[in-house]
Amino acid sequence: MLQINDLHAAIDGKPILKGITLTVNAGEVHAVMGPNGSGKSTLAQVLAGHPAYEITGGEVLYRGENLLEMDPEIRAQQGVFLAFQYPVEIPGVTNAYFLRAAYNQIRKAKGLEEVDPMEFLDLVEDKLKLVDMDASMMSRSVNAGFSGGEKKRNEILQMAILQPTLAVLDETDSGLDIDALRIVANGVNALKRPDNAAIVVTHYQRLLNYIVPDFVHVLAGGRIVKSGDRTLALELEARGYDWVLEAA
Amino acid sequence: MSATTAPVAHASVFADQAAAAAVDASAPFAVLRQAGAEAFARLGFPTTRNEDWAYTSVSTLANTTFVPAGEREATALASTSLLTPFLFDAAWPTIVLHNGRFSPSLSSLTSLPEGIRVSTLADVAEQDAELLARFLGVAAPADRDGFSALNAAFAGEGVFVHVAKEMVSDVPVHIVHVTDHAGAGVMSHPRHVLVAERHAKATVIASYVALDDVTSFTNAVTEVYVEDGATLQLLQIQREARSAFHVGTVEARQGRDSHFLTFTFQTGGQLSRSNVYTELRGDGGGTTLNGLYMLDGEQHGDHQTRVEHVAPNCFSREMYKGLLDDASHGVFNGKVYVHPEAQKTDGKQTNNTMLLSEKAQIDTKPQLEIFADDVKCTHGATVGRIDEMSLFYLKTRGISQTLAKQLLMYAFAADVLETIENETVKELLEQLTMQRFTGDTSH
Repeated sequence: MLQINDLHAAIDGKPILKGITLTVNAGEVHAVMGPNGSGKSTLAQVLAGHPAYEITGGEVLYRGENLLEMDPEIRAQQGVFLAFQYPVEIPGVTNAYFLRAAYNQIRKAKGLEEVDPMEFLDLVEDKLKLVDMDASMMSRSVNAGFSGGEKKRNEILQMAILQPTLAVLDETDSGLDIDALRIVANGVNALKRPDNAAIVVTHYQRLLNYIVPDFVHVLAGGRIVKSGDRTLALELEARGYDWVLEAA
Repeated sequence: MSATTAPVAHASVFADQAAAAAVDASAPFAVLRQAGAEAFARLGFPTTRNEDWAYTSVSTLANTTFVPAGEREATALASTSLLTPFLFDAAWPTIVLHNGRFSPSLSSLTSLPEGIRVSTLADVAEQDAELLARFLGVAAPADRDGFSALNAAFAGEGVFVHVAKEMVSDVPVHIVHVTDHAGAGVMSHPRHVLVAERHAKATVIASYVALDDVTSFTNAVTEVYVEDGATLQLLQIQREARSAFHVGTVEARQGRDSHFLTFTFQTGGQLSRSNVYTELRGDGGGTTLNGLYMLDGEQHGDHQTRVEHVAPNCFSREMYKGLLDDASHGVFNGKVYVHPEAQKTDGKQTNNTMLLSEKAQIDTKPQLEIFADDVKCTHGATVGRIDEMSLFYLKTRGISQTLAKQLLMYAFAADVLETIENETVKELLEQLTMQRFTGDTSH
């Protein structure tokens, strides 16, 4: 589904990603871990098409197509979803309007008919339960004045509504208490299907108790320095990152 | 386009036209016209050396020659249905000035509730000269500046709205100024007089719209009297042609416990200037001045406001927002003037502008002049651009660049649009806001 080959990226001329190679197949969950500044959030942002990053080398194929040539909205319409580490507040636009606009634009791209506000509210009802959100959140401005936990749940709600093929979760666990973490993780698990995949970027092993990865990659200095299965995450938790970095 | 452009020293063509108009006037307007012609001969057009005109040059206008509306034959609209999209609700009392002249056939006053009088200035001058004399040229004297003077010099066309005491009306009165191809090269100087008597409540909408893109010049003056305990809302919707010149001046006098609310929407014209001036003359009154400007191309739009707190215990609230694209130029100059007697004044003023291109420009100057010692006044201005992170966030959800920008512009303007109580007008302005920058230049 996703093939990253020797990807290099820079911001303001400063290289951040220095040759990432990673293959993600349908049905898989990949965890990307690493110390601060290792480039893991950059990887997530680059996959979503953040304009601040300059691609300086390598390629990314998504379902066989050049992902890096697509505008962010095209990537989203093709099924790529980024759950933001810091979801953006948009005062003045209601969550309901925003989510329906996104849902309809993706439907339009697929050649499907758009849904009206009433149909959409029906559709959202179940998804709200999945992330334990009150319907009143729909009439509030997007993320404006939301608590940290509410913002992250709102991200998972969007993911549940937009049904991505490839979900990239950028430190969705950071700043969450254990209850919120469980809700978010349950949401992600409920959306798992054999035909979609997820890349879970995290600093902590804790999230991986709830979202069980098939593969764990350690990112350091803009490269994947070690890959393994779930036990690698447990080992990192027990021993920290230093031993991996030294070995690399 | 029949307007001609040639250098004119000291706007002498306008002065000669004004002098001619002053001679040729019927009794109720003769004094005002005379005063206007004299004042204009003295003042001429303001220059950028004048502090209140520092960012707005009117030289293009001053160097263009126009025919006074009254000297052009009245023509009929190609089809009256052309006006329909601008009428909001045909059931509202509507009075139409077509190329600066009252059009009986386009106007409809059958739905007037009792207690509200809506007529042309000419009619009220004929039927009730004494009543008109109490208000005409009082709040807006002939010598405030060159434009007020010019308006006074051509006084005669306009609308008189009088709301009797304790009359509360939910149905707005709509004054429509429409320009079509026959308005090319025409200047009009409508003067409206709006009176809300004691404890009355009413809404007046003044629309300025164009069916064809011609160079016309509208120089409107609206005199407003909000008497004790009364509430008057004035919604001004300026959607003139792109080639048009528009100057609109509102001068209000407010009594005790009165509330005057304006919303000024400005999106048309090559050069437009809106002045909203009010005096809080009685205890406990309040003024709410809001506005939204949306310009693109090379449009120039200027907003001036002045709230004079003469009496104590009054409040003023002001929020102007703007969206500027291309090489457009916006100006905001808001003055809150607190007289020594106006203790316990509560004033708040904000101006926020979003620049949508590198070349768009805003000059903003919120000003407080306070001569009382026990007041609470704040002001502030911000200038920003579309937030790139918000744009990226929306796009990562599949929303196109165009729709994402529209949503963010709409979000920016949402809180000021939200202040419009009249749902029909609010919906129209919301729509115009959403459509404005999508390449659809019919606004």
